[in-house]
Amino acid sequence: MSEMLNTLEQTALSEYKYGWVTDIEADEAPPGLNEDIVRFISAKKNEPEWMLEWRLKAYRHWLKMSEPEWANVKYPKVDYNAIKYYSAPKQKKTLNSLDEVDPELRATFEKLGISLDEQKRLSNVAVDAVIDSVSIATTFKKELAELGIIFCSMSEAVQEHPELIKKWLGSVVPMTDNYFSALNSAVFSDGSFCYIPKGVKSPMELSTYFRINAENTGQFERTLIVAEEGSFVSYLEGCTAPMRDENQLHAAVVEIVALDNAEVKYSTVQNWYPGDKEGKGGIYNFVTKRGICAGVNSKISWTQVETGSAVTWKYPSVILKGDNSQGEFYSVAVTNNHQQADTGTKMMHIGKNTRSRIVSKGISAGFSQNSYRGLVQVGKNAVNARNFSQCDSLLLGDKCGAHTFPYIEVKNSTAQVEHEATTSKIGEDQIFYCNQRGLDTETAVALIINGFAKEVMNQLPMEFAVEAQKLLAISLEGSVG
Amino acid sequence: MLSIKNLQARIEEKEILKGINLDIKPGEVHAIMGPNGSGKSTLASVLAGRADYEVTAGSVEFLGKDLLELSPEDRAREGVFLAFQYPIEMPGVSTTNFVKTAVNEIRKYRGEEPMDAVAFLKLMKERMKLVNIDQALLSRSLNEGFSGGEKKRNEIFQMAMLEPKLAILDETDSGLDIDALRIVAEGVNKLKSKDNATLVITHYQRLLDYIVPDYVHILYKGRIVKTGGKELALELEEKGYDFIKEELGEEVESPL
Repeated sequence: MSEMLNTLEQTALSEYKYGWVTDIEADEAPPGLNEDIVRFISAKKNEPEWMLEWRLKAYRHWLKMSEPEWANVKYPKVDYNAIKYYSAPKQKKTLNSLDEVDPELRATFEKLGISLDEQKRLSNVAVDAVIDSVSIATTFKKELAELGIIFCSMSEAVQEHPELIKKWLGSVVPMTDNYFSALNSAVFSDGSFCYIPKGVKSPMELSTYFRINAENTGQFERTLIVAEEGSFVSYLEGCTAPMRDENQLHAAVVEIVALDNAEVKYSTVQNWYPGDKEGKGGIYNFVTKRGICAGVNSKISWTQVETGSAVTWKYPSVILKGDNSQGEFYSVAVTNNHQQADTGTKMMHIGKNTRSRIVSKGISAGFSQNSYRGLVQVGKNAVNARNFSQCDSLLLGDKCGAHTFPYIEVKNSTAQVEHEATTSKIGEDQIFYCNQRGLDTETAVALIINGFAKEVMNQLPMEFAVEAQKLLAISLEGSVG
Repeated sequence: MLSIKNLQARIEEKEILKGINLDIKPGEVHAIMGPNGSGKSTLASVLAGRADYEVTAGSVEFLGKDLLELSPEDRAREGVFLAFQYPIEMPGVSTTNFVKTAVNEIRKYRGEEPMDAVAFLKLMKERMKLVNIDQALLSRSLNEGFSGGEKKRNEIFQMAMLEPKLAILDETDSGLDIDALRIVAEGVNKLKSKDNATLVITHYQRLLDYIVPDYVHILYKGRIVKTGGKELALELEEKGYDFIKEELGEEVESPL
């Protein structure tokens, strides 16, 4: 066994296949954060005055706040003055078409399996590619525009659709919401904006692909999705970063608005660099994701497969304001080596007959700590609210930890709230049993993990599901013994 | 088919197998009997390649290959099947999915194409009948919440699907009532051919009423101390394991 494990451990060492760096000349801000930097970012983006004011307000608020410490994670405090808040790959000139994207940048995305090439684009998936602080390219824009769907970078949206941005930006996650959302509001550099007009069902998956490339740089992107009455969109988000010895900060904000009878499905495969086997380096992933079912019969569904990052702090939530609205949260969070994840959701039932469903699968290996933290809140007017929560933890080895922190607050006696939780362990016995049936250890772990996570994986769009399954297996290679 | 010579093995510092010699030819059924702690299950585990055991001496040849050099999965792919005394639970993994993965891993090893869904289901339907197992059970998570009898039938079902050359049944009779025992034994008997062999490990003679062995070996303190025909099992049942001690000239504690 020990010999087999050694081989596996070696495989594990090379497991993060996105760890390379692209040599691109960048246009950067000096490290540090102050009002000048906020002004610098805003100026770089040629923003209108109202946007700058919004940022400054957020920045001034942020100064009065302190970093939250309640999460079950430990990490050295971030030095916010050591981070560069803006880094953009230098492009030769303004782009007229995607074919003009810098070949080096294009190669970067090709290497990630995302083609920006007009001819070789992913079929039926429109991609917005964000590298460090800026959006590089958005595919299928024209096709989507014909339906009235707006899918563009946030910078572009500020210029082209100021009314929509003024109306919805910060409407779900106020700038003052928390430490990281305030920081993000001050310095966000790009992200995606997506607007689905009344009655339109998006014919393709919309997707944003985030890549951190530059050194000592934070990524603060902002995503806003607005689904008008009776519309539907399925949105995918992917992310990777180079392997670096220092920790890099990723503090994003995602806001979703679903109006009457609208449905938004948001899927994430998060694969930020998790740090090395000793826990050196890796991304701090401090993200605020929230959706509001503002209209009646609306639905927001979060599906996340979390395999990367050194430290994760993330609770995609749904405010169920519209009557009969539905919120869903499906999550697989994998931690290995020294990774720490404190993730879960909040379901806030405000409207009548609102329903929510939470399925969380935590998988911990190595020396990692994996926590589920979830809040189910039923307001006093939320008649007949229903919630079902299921939290399962799977442990590989005996040096890792799984924790569950469910919070339930019910102010209406007609509410029905259910919570189920289990903890199990992958043992050598299971592996040996599989080996004895002709499965090698890698296949065995993949089978067991995918069996455990099946309910969540089934929620992912096809384009993502296969990749996510492989990712789960790769993230856990070498962790059984 | 299988040739074991002077096999010695230990777990941590404890010597358990102290020189096993055994030859099994195609078409034969061998039974290994012995008191608790004699090394029966250790022998099964060592043959299957369980890592907890260290082989300190001896050799095992299986179909011309050095079995001890092969990884556990390669042993399985070469045709060694172990029906576990305590089958393992696999939450979220259906028996169907598990067996399909196993069948295709073995086919891949042999350089064959994976079996398509239609052919697989057809084979499955046919083999289900052998052990009287129904589809609903196979759709459930493997062994999770199965009764003792269902677990053992499931082991024999897997054996039927994987068509091993050498099947080792490790105390397959333990925890079975007489009806379940009969079903399991009938399944094993139907799978018997002139090309495969069966090694039945058991504490009790009972199972051997249904799976009739060609040879019975008595394992005692890590060695095979006596070999005979099927009548040896009956003799053992009648006289108890003490008669072995007597034959070996050991002192027998008198029962109070």
